[in-house]
Amino acid sequence: MRKILLSFVVLALVAGISGWVFSAPRPLNQVVFSGLEGDAARGRHLFDAGGCAACHAPEGAKDDARLILSGGRAFASPFGTFYAPNISPHAEGIGGWSVTDLGNAMLRGISPEGAHYYPAFPYASYIRLAPQDIADLKVYLDSLPKSAVASRGHDVGFPFNIRRGLGLWKRLYLRDAWVQDNAPEQGRRLVEALGHCGECHTPRGRFGNLLTDRWLGGAPDPSGKGQIPNITPGTLTWSEADLAYFFESGFTPDYDSAGGHMADVIENLKRLPPEDRAAIAAYLKSIPAVAPATPAE
Amino acid sequence: MSKKTTITAVILGLALTGAAMAESHMDKALKDAKDAREAHMELYSFNLSLLGRMAKGEMPYDADAAGKAAANLATLTAMDQARYWIEGTDEMSIDETRAKPEIWENMADFQAKGTALVDATQTMEGAAGQSLEALQGAMGPLGGACGACHKAYRAPKT
Repeated sequence: MRKILLSFVVLALVAGISGWVFSAPRPLNQVVFSGLEGDAARGRHLFDAGGCAACHAPEGAKDDARLILSGGRAFASPFGTFYAPNISPHAEGIGGWSVTDLGNAMLRGISPEGAHYYPAFPYASYIRLAPQDIADLKVYLDSLPKSAVASRGHDVGFPFNIRRGLGLWKRLYLRDAWVQDNAPEQGRRLVEALGHCGECHTPRGRFGNLLTDRWLGGAPDPSGKGQIPNITPGTLTWSEADLAYFFESGFTPDYDSAGGHMADVIENLKRLPPEDRAAIAAYLKSIPAVAPATPAE
Repeated sequence: MSKKTTITAVILGLALTGAAMAESHMDKALKDAKDAREAHMELYSFNLSLLGRMAKGEMPYDADAAGKAAANLATLTAMDQARYWIEGTDEMSIDETRAKPEIWENMADFQAKGTALVDATQTMEGAAGQSLEALQGAMGPLGGACGACHKAYRAPKT
């Protein structure tokens, strides 16, 4: 009896220790970022293409107010409600961060203190960016106005409030490989990395993992209401010109206009050079068709 | 059946029918308002379609036709729409609408967004007949005005 008990204790210890080891944050070495010179103009392009303001600017902010990244917008999900933090160059935001700090946040989902971020922050897409991109973005972010608004904590219940568990999630699901190997490169970088389109348009599994075999095949809205559309050739019939014009103006080929979060996305896309919008359209027409989802039984 | 029960039954029946009629009458008023605003949106879309196809280069620019479509849009936005947006016509209350209840909670903001649309269509009215470049330039702000309201007050497609 004592022997059995002892082996249980040993087993639990082994499981605990290996869980702890496996869930540990694995930051990037700062050597990766040493010697990189950031460029603000490139950083601004990355900022627009990455859609930073769509989440980190306050709800309804327009024009120059979009550049005050005080955070606060709420994002409902099946795991709880996430609040976008302040990422302005103030001490309440990312003031004082090094390029390595920003790189670990964006490419690995790790805070400067070594805690895991929730993947509501789309580092699982940004992981496909290069260290130079981070250096460029850093220079631009540092040039933006400061906001002293304190970041709000997320409303996430047990067990998802144990951030250490995200280390296991990352081991299972965080990958830096491109999803579509053969897609045109410019559009792929804009869709799969910067624009993080897959975060909403691809369905997720039980643990919030993207089901990449249905890449961009549409998904239930994480708020629990409505459906985010399939944007693969499986259902998307718009021409490349239609898509590019939608990204520029928000008008669909039927002259309805984008609403919801997509209206925020258009705010970013319309700031990009026309060739970027064309590249996104070309990418979307090139990827494998996903059949429309069968209605839930 | 005694005479008394028959009368009671008839009265009860009439009362029920009356209630049902009142109910369906109410539903009809709400549905009419919803249908009217959707018809109005269709007219926006019909006129925008001409301007958009010219802006995209899908059809040749025609200053006269563009000017007329833009004038239609400006006229449409100037119409009084108060009776379209009556209480009880949000997505929680009636079927087949995506109008969020927040419209009625933030009526002042909703109206401000409507005013912004009036301004954007007036800009388009000034631009559409001038040149293709002017028309193209006015499409972006007009799309922004449509999107601002759809972003805040239209629920996602189900």
